[in-house]
Amino acid sequence: MIIDALRAVPLVQPSGTMSGDRSVRARRALVGLFLLLAIVMVLGIGTGPALLSPGKVAAVLLSGPNGAAGSPADHVIVWQIRLPRVLLGALVGASLAVCGAVMQGLFRNPLADPGLIGISSGAALAAVATIVLSGGILAPYAALAGIYALPLAAFLGGLAATLLIYRIGTLAGRSSMALILLAGIALGALAGALTGFLLYLSDDRQLRDITFWSLGGLGAASWTKLLASAPMMLLALLAAPLAARGLNAIVLGEAEAFHMGVRVQWLKRGTILIVALATGAAVAVSGTIGFVGIVVPHLLRLWLGPDHRGLLPASALAGAILLIVADMAARSIVAPAELPIGILTATLGAPVFLLILLRRRGAGGI
Amino acid sequence: MRFPLPTRPAGFWPAAFAAPLVAACLWPLGTLAQATAGGTGAAESRHERIVSIGGAITEILYALGEDERIVAVDTTSRYPAEALAQKPDTGYLRRLSAEGVLSLAPDLVLMEEGAGPPEAVEMIDAAGIAVRHVPAGESVESLKDKIRIVADAVERTDEGAAMADRIDVQFAALDAELSTIRDRKRVLFILSMSDGRPNAAGRNTAADAVIALSGGTNVLDDVEGYKVLSTEAATALSPDVIVTVSGAGPGGADPLSVPALAATPAGRTGALVTMDALRLLGFGPRTPAAVRDLASRLYPDRVAGTDKTP
Repeated sequence: MIIDALRAVPLVQPSGTMSGDRSVRARRALVGLFLLLAIVMVLGIGTGPALLSPGKVAAVLLSGPNGAAGSPADHVIVWQIRLPRVLLGALVGASLAVCGAVMQGLFRNPLADPGLIGISSGAALAAVATIVLSGGILAPYAALAGIYALPLAAFLGGLAATLLIYRIGTLAGRSSMALILLAGIALGALAGALTGFLLYLSDDRQLRDITFWSLGGLGAASWTKLLASAPMMLLALLAAPLAARGLNAIVLGEAEAFHMGVRVQWLKRGTILIVALATGAAVAVSGTIGFVGIVVPHLLRLWLGPDHRGLLPASALAGAILLIVADMAARSIVAPAELPIGILTATLGAPVFLLILLRRRGAGGI
Repeated sequence: MRFPLPTRPAGFWPAAFAAPLVAACLWPLGTLAQATAGGTGAAESRHERIVSIGGAITEILYALGEDERIVAVDTTSRYPAEALAQKPDTGYLRRLSAEGVLSLAPDLVLMEEGAGPPEAVEMIDAAGIAVRHVPAGESVESLKDKIRIVADAVERTDEGAAMADRIDVQFAALDAELSTIRDRKRVLFILSMSDGRPNAAGRNTAADAVIALSGGTNVLDDVEGYKVLSTEAATALSPDVIVTVSGAGPGGADPLSVPALAATPAGRTGALVTMDALRLLGFGPRTPAAVRDLASRLYPDRVAGTDKTP
């Protein structure tokens, strides 16, 4: 029913038939969002539980990574904690939102997110296995990978699940989205069962670690994590716009898209790969942060229309903004402690989304 | 730790240039904090701003009478109750916020082993303040180590050594009283009742260690960690005494109200011991007294308890 509803929305519109020109609006929106992102990033670096004065933050920043301005603690706060954290937040938020938008276009389903192709369940299984079994059979791996055992396992777990699902869903060089969807559900159930068994084996402390991981957080951001995960996420952010025309066409149906000159199989393979890499990297460094991938694209679709050429970059910017703001709240509200960010993305975003739904009810095919 | 960044991150220069501009308009409050942040590194000889991360560490600091110097504690510092009531809470010890801890401008951070996440601990280590990592563990030896290390970190080395010696003396006295007992009580430790089924303690748990110290035998020593038992399995263990705790998880359910447990020897004789969870399982300065109280409930004719309420 939902799919039918979405199909009823003409996703490729002849320009000038609607009130207001979408492309102009999209361009203005992109500029506005970009400026907002810049402001939010500066705010993110400037605020935190350690109340450093703006002048001091600027002095420490301008003195460079090895500069002498400020005390060692101030230096660590600005350069090692806030800066990587804000940048990681921007990348993770942008990746989650863009990947959500891409998946919704590819599956022609408004509820699609990267979880459909197994990333969340694979990453969760690998992460929980690392947490529970690090003292047991996974001890050699944990010793080898050190403090990166968990993010590395989550990334590889998500990627492995996606590749498996893709292989199952691809027959003689053609991927069936329905098959991928069903394989994803089956594999997700299997991974869920294995995760459940590991939960049964876990002790109280491990259980608590797992709960916090599944709520997500940027508290463990570091330059190493940022540099290790940034290439995958940047690749998705830069490559996604190339898929915009193809995604616009595929909304009409795969056969129609093919006749419009879209190389459908390439589109599927490429988008699934970049989504798997980017979401896997995002989940690895920040845990599972829900909500961003579903709500940000929908919000922007209501505002800017369904053309992926505007939607994808706007999703990236808005996702980055949402996550940085949520993270600022996460580290300030209960300072000196920290809230899991997954709580905040939903608390901040859901009411806004509901409000827009209420105001737009009945319009635009919803 | 020096900075490992090979290139400037994207978005750095715009951010750096805009920072003073936007910042100056937005946070007139910022200067207020200068006073707090400026204290770092001032006290070389004596630490005056201690962040205590770990319930046992906080307990030891309070036992040493050093609570005035604590500026914040973590969520697991539930005893004494005034610690969390009066001091800021840095969050759960495995989910620390590096900036949160540093924002308190501490000059000493005492961290129990297992504090995390590792990245946050690394950054706190790198911030140029004194950090002491205190080993965790559920044995008399590790308890004494904890006390010595914490006392040493707050320049109370002699008091710490004395406190550790007292613990040795207390356990030695209890061991002497228990040594003549042949018929050891078979104990089932129930952490909580989970929907009518006991969540019981197996091997390698604080409860297992406490049962052994108080002269009992854990009936569930072939299982690792805490496990929810089926009621049938609980009956088959036929414990002489059931020990349970208050203050951990949803309380209220009386284990002996479950028919399967009421049918055990413990159930038939009504041998149910309830003690405070933190006091019994916390492995802090109160452990010797708690263990003695448990022993006195297991062997009322042989061991005298302390006068404290369980």
